[in-house]
Amino acid sequence: MWLRLEARAAPSRAMRYLPPLVAAALTIVAGFAVSLALGRDPLAAFYAFFVQPVSSLNGVAELLLKASPLMLIATGLAIGYRANVWNIGAEGQLILGAIFGGGLALHLPGVDSRWLLAAMVLAGALGGMLWAAIPALLRSRFNTNEILVSLMLVYVASLLLSYLVQEPWRDPQGFNFPQSKMFADAALYPILLDSTRLNAGFLVALAVVACGWLFVAKSFLGYQMRVAGLAGAAARYAGFSARRSVWIGMLAGGAAAGIAGVGEVAGPIGQLTPSISPGYGFAAIIVAFVGRLNPVGIFFASLLMSLLYLGGEAAQMELRLPSAITGLFQGMLLFFLLGSDVLIHYRVRLLRRAAA
Amino acid sequence: MIRHQIVKFLGAATAAAAVAVAGSAQAQQPLKIGFVYVSPIGDAGWTHQHDLGRKEMEKVLGAKVATKYVENVTEGADAERVIRELAASGHALVFTTSFGYMNPTVKVAKSFPKVSFEHATGYKRENNVGTYNARFYEGRYLTGIIAGKMTKSNIAGYVAAFPIPEVLQGINAFTRGMRSVNPKAEVKVIWVNSWYDPGREREAATTLISQGADIISQHTDSTAPVQAAQEKGVYAFGYHSDMSKYGPKAHLTASTHQWGAFYTRVAQEAIAGKHKPSNIWGGIKDGMVKLAPINPVVPKDVQEMVARAEADLRLGKLHAFAGPVKDQGGKERVAAGKSMPDDQLAVMDYYVEGVQGQLPKK
Repeated sequence: MWLRLEARAAPSRAMRYLPPLVAAALTIVAGFAVSLALGRDPLAAFYAFFVQPVSSLNGVAELLLKASPLMLIATGLAIGYRANVWNIGAEGQLILGAIFGGGLALHLPGVDSRWLLAAMVLAGALGGMLWAAIPALLRSRFNTNEILVSLMLVYVASLLLSYLVQEPWRDPQGFNFPQSKMFADAALYPILLDSTRLNAGFLVALAVVACGWLFVAKSFLGYQMRVAGLAGAAARYAGFSARRSVWIGMLAGGAAAGIAGVGEVAGPIGQLTPSISPGYGFAAIIVAFVGRLNPVGIFFASLLMSLLYLGGEAAQMELRLPSAITGLFQGMLLFFLLGSDVLIHYRVRLLRRAAA
Repeated sequence: MIRHQIVKFLGAATAAAAVAVAGSAQAQQPLKIGFVYVSPIGDAGWTHQHDLGRKEMEKVLGAKVATKYVENVTEGADAERVIRELAASGHALVFTTSFGYMNPTVKVAKSFPKVSFEHATGYKRENNVGTYNARFYEGRYLTGIIAGKMTKSNIAGYVAAFPIPEVLQGINAFTRGMRSVNPKAEVKVIWVNSWYDPGREREAATTLISQGADIISQHTDSTAPVQAAQEKGVYAFGYHSDMSKYGPKAHLTASTHQWGAFYTRVAQEAIAGKHKPSNIWGGIKDGMVKLAPINPVVPKDVQEMVARAEADLRLGKLHAFAGPVKDQGGKERVAAGKSMPDDQLAVMDYYVEGVQGQLPKK
C-alpha cells in the first residue's frame, strides 16, 4: 500500500457544508474533460447542460416539475437515513402510491370535486407506507436487512402495476395496450402556470419539504432519531426506541414516495401506464446525500439533479452527446461528493516504500 | 414550408421568380425534423432501425433536412417535455417512435397546430398527428415457412412482450406460416412483459428450448434469445434488425423493419408543403418489412419457397390471414375464400389454431 487513510480527530467545521459545492464544481470540471474527449466544445456543452434548459419560463417550470418528486422522496428518505434506516425501495413505494391514488381516480370517474384529488394524495401516501411497512416489520421483528427487502419489493411493485394495467384496469377502448383510461379533470392537479406543465403537485412537494425540515430540525422525535443514527448505544442508553426509529424512518420515506407517485399520474401523465417513473426513487437517494440529509439542502440538490436530467436532453439535441451522459453526470456528482466526504473525515498519508 | 407559402401568395406571373427566391431560402434553411427514441440507438433493435431510417432520409435529402434526435426517452412524464421542446425549437416535423408517446404526442400537437407529428404504432390521430406502422406479421409468416421446414421436433418457441394486437398478429402469422408447410407444427409462447429485458428474454428462450422447441422466434428487443439459441445449438429468427452476428449458426434470418423510404417520403411531402398526416400501415409490398439474408443452412428449395411466398405477398395473391382462419378454440374467425380485413387485424385478441397454452386473461 502506498496510501493510507487516517481518521482525522475532528473534521473541520467549515467543511461540513462545502462538499456538495466541491462536488458540483468537480463535476463541471470533469464534464469539461468529457466533452473535450468527445470532441465537443466544452463551453457549448456547459451552456447546453446548465443554462439552456432554464433559459425560458417553460424551462424553469419543467425544472420545478421534475424536481418535485425528487425533493419529496429525498425528504422522506432523509428522515430514515439520519437514523441509519436504509430504505432503498422508494421506487416501489412510489409505484404503490400511484396505484392507490390512481386506482381511486379510476374507480370514482364521476366524482367532480377537489376532494377527490386530496383523497388520492392521502391514498397514495397510504399505499407507499403500506409498501414500506413490509421491510419495517421484517427489520423490527426479525432483524432482516431492510436494504435488500425494500429493494426487491421494487420489482414486485412494478409487476403489480404491470398486471393491473394489463388486466383489471385496462382501458377497454385501448386496443389491448397495457394502459388505463385517462383520468377525469377532477383527478388531475391544476396547472400553476399557464401553458406550462407545472402543477399544484409542486406546492405539495414544498409543503412536505417544510414539514420534513420542522421534523428533523425542531422536533424531539427528530432529535432522538438523529442520535440513534449517530450513536446507537447512546440512544439506547437514553431510552430511545430503536424499533420506533425503524418504523418512522421507513414510513416517512414510503409516504413521501407514495405522494410523489400520485404527483406523476395525477400530473404530467394523467393515466396509469406500465412505467410511470424514470427511476426517481433511486435518483432521490443521490439527492438526499447531496442535500446532506437536510430538507433545505435537499431542495437545492433536487433542482441540481433535475437540471442534470434536462441538461442531458439538451446536450443530446444540441451536441449529439449520447443519452448516457445524464447518468454519467449523476454518477460523477455522487462520486465526487462521497470522495470529498472521505477526505474531510480522513487524511491521506503517503507511505514510503520502505515503510510499506 | 417557406416555398409553399411564397408560391401561394404571389401571382402566377411572378411565380418563376418566387420559386428561385424560395429555392435559395430553402437552401439556407433546411426543414428541421425531430425524432424521439425510446431506447439507446445501440447496434440492433427497434430504435436502431428507426435511426437507420433517419440516416437514410438524411442521405437522400442531404441539405434539405436537418435532423435532431433524443434517445432513451422514457414513456411517461419526460416524453411530453422532449416532444414539446422539439416542436418549440422550430422542428416542422416530429416522429415519435414508441407506442407510449401517444398521449404526450397528441397533447403537444394541440399546442402546435402548424407542426406535423407522426406517431409510430398508435391509434389516436388528429389534423396534425398521423400514425404509421408496418405489417410486421407478413415477415413473420415468411419466417414461419422456414421454421416449418427446419424444425425436427415440430415445436417452435416464441418469446413475446405484451399481448397486444401487433404481437398476436405476429405469433399467429408465424404459426400459420409454419403450419402451411408442416401441419403438425405447434408454437409455444412465453410472455416476458417487457419490450427489452435481456435477462428475462434469455430465460424464456432457454425454457422454451428445454420444452422441446428447436426454433426460437422473438417479439422483443434484445439479442438475448438469438444468443441463447446459439449456445443451445438450436435455430432462431432475429427481429427488428439482422441479428446474425449475435448467433451466426442459429440465426436463420430476421424480419426487419425499414423506415427509411417512409421517412424520406414524409419529409419530401413536408418540404413541398403537401404533407397530410394519415394512417400508414405498410408491409412487404411497401418495403417497410424485409427479410434479412437467409442463412445458407436453409436448403435451396425452402429458400425458393420463401421467395415465392414473398412475391405473392407483394402481389396481394397471398394473405397471412386468408380464410379459413380458426382460433385456438376452433371458432371460425375468417371464412374460406376471404382474408381478414384490417379493422379485425387491428383488434386481434386470440391465438389461432396451432398455438399452445392460454392467452393471458383479459
